[in-house]
Amino acid sequence: MTVVERREVALVDLLDRLLAGGVVITGDLTLRIADVDLVRIDLNALISSVNENVPAPWEEML
Amino acid sequence: MSGLRYVYAVCRPFGTPLPAQLTGVAGVPPKQLVHRDLVALVGQVPEEDFSEEPLRAHLEDLDWLGATARAHQNVIDALTVVTSPLPLRLATVFRDDSGVRTMLEERERTFLRTLDRLDGRVEWGVKVYSEPTDAAEGPETSGTSAAPSGSSPGKAASGRDYLRQRRNQRREHEEKWERAEQFARRLHESLSGAAEDTRIHAPQNAALSRAPGRNILNAAYLVSRTESEAFVELVDRTKDDAPGLRVELTGPWAAYSFSGEDT
Repeated sequence: MTVVERREVALVDLLDRLLAGGVVITGDLTLRIADVDLVRIDLNALISSVNENVPAPWEEML
Repeated sequence: MSGLRYVYAVCRPFGTPLPAQLTGVAGVPPKQLVHRDLVALVGQVPEEDFSEEPLRAHLEDLDWLGATARAHQNVIDALTVVTSPLPLRLATVFRDDSGVRTMLEERERTFLRTLDRLDGRVEWGVKVYSEPTDAAEGPETSGTSAAPSGSSPGKAASGRDYLRQRRNQRREHEEKWERAEQFARRLHESLSGAAEDTRIHAPQNAALSRAPGRNILNAAYLVSRTESEAFVELVDRTKDDAPGLRVELTGPWAAYSFSGEDT
C-alpha cells in the first residue's frame, strides 16, 4: 500500500468541504445561495453532463 | 461602488497581516470587517455574477464552480496560516457591509463558542481507496483493457466450469471487499483516537475525482496543530500490511467539516 500526499488540492476534496462543510448562514440578509441539497444535486447532474461519453461508474458504486 | 459582499470566514482579530497580494473570488483582495470581538473576511463581488439568479446558473457550471472554489480556498488558506478561522459555506453573499455586521451581531455568541472550540486546530482529510485490480471494477476499464493477466479465466470447458469460475471470482471479490472495509474501519478507529473530532464524508465520485480505484473511506479529523505531526506520522505508518489499498492524506485544512454547532 502507498500513502500519497497530494501537493495540489483536488477539486473534489475542495468541494467536499466548501459545499458540505463551513457555516451555513441563511436568512433575509443573505441571498440564500448555498443551499446544500440544491448544489449537491446540481453537482451530480454536472458530473454526468461532463462525462456524458463515459459510462457512469458510480451507479454500480452506490 | 456598488457590489455584493462575499464572506469567506469569521475569526477573532489576528495580529499578522495577510499577504498584500492576496486575491480571492472575482480577483478582489479580501478585507477585514471588524465588529466587536469578531472579524469577517469580506470581498466585494459584482452583482451581475453573485446575485441569486446568476449565481444559481453559475453553480451549474463546473468550470466556474471550480475557479470560485479555488479562489475561496486561496483566501482561507492564507487566513489559516495566521489564525484558526471559522470558514463559511461557499458563496455566502450579503447585500452590504451592514448586512454582514448584523449577521455577526446576531450570531456573536455561537461564533465565539465555535472559534474557541477550533482554536489552534486544523482539519486533516484521509481517504482509503481499493486499487483497481481486475477488469470487473473501477471506472478506468472502459473497454481498452484485456482480461487480467494473473487470473485469466481462460476458456471454460463446460457450462458448469464457467459457473464455477464465476462463483470463485465473485467470492474473491467479496473477500477483497471485506478486507478493505475492515482495514478502513480499523484505520478510522486508530485515527479517531488521535483526533479531537471526526466526520465521515460520502465516498467520492470517481468521475469527479478521477482517482483510480474505489473510495472506501472519506473522513475528516480535527487535530490540534501541535499534534498534527504525530497524526501525519500515524497515517504514514498505515502503509504496513494492506496490499491493494491506497491511503491519501490531505491538509491541513481550515476546520470546514467541524464548523457546525452539533458537536
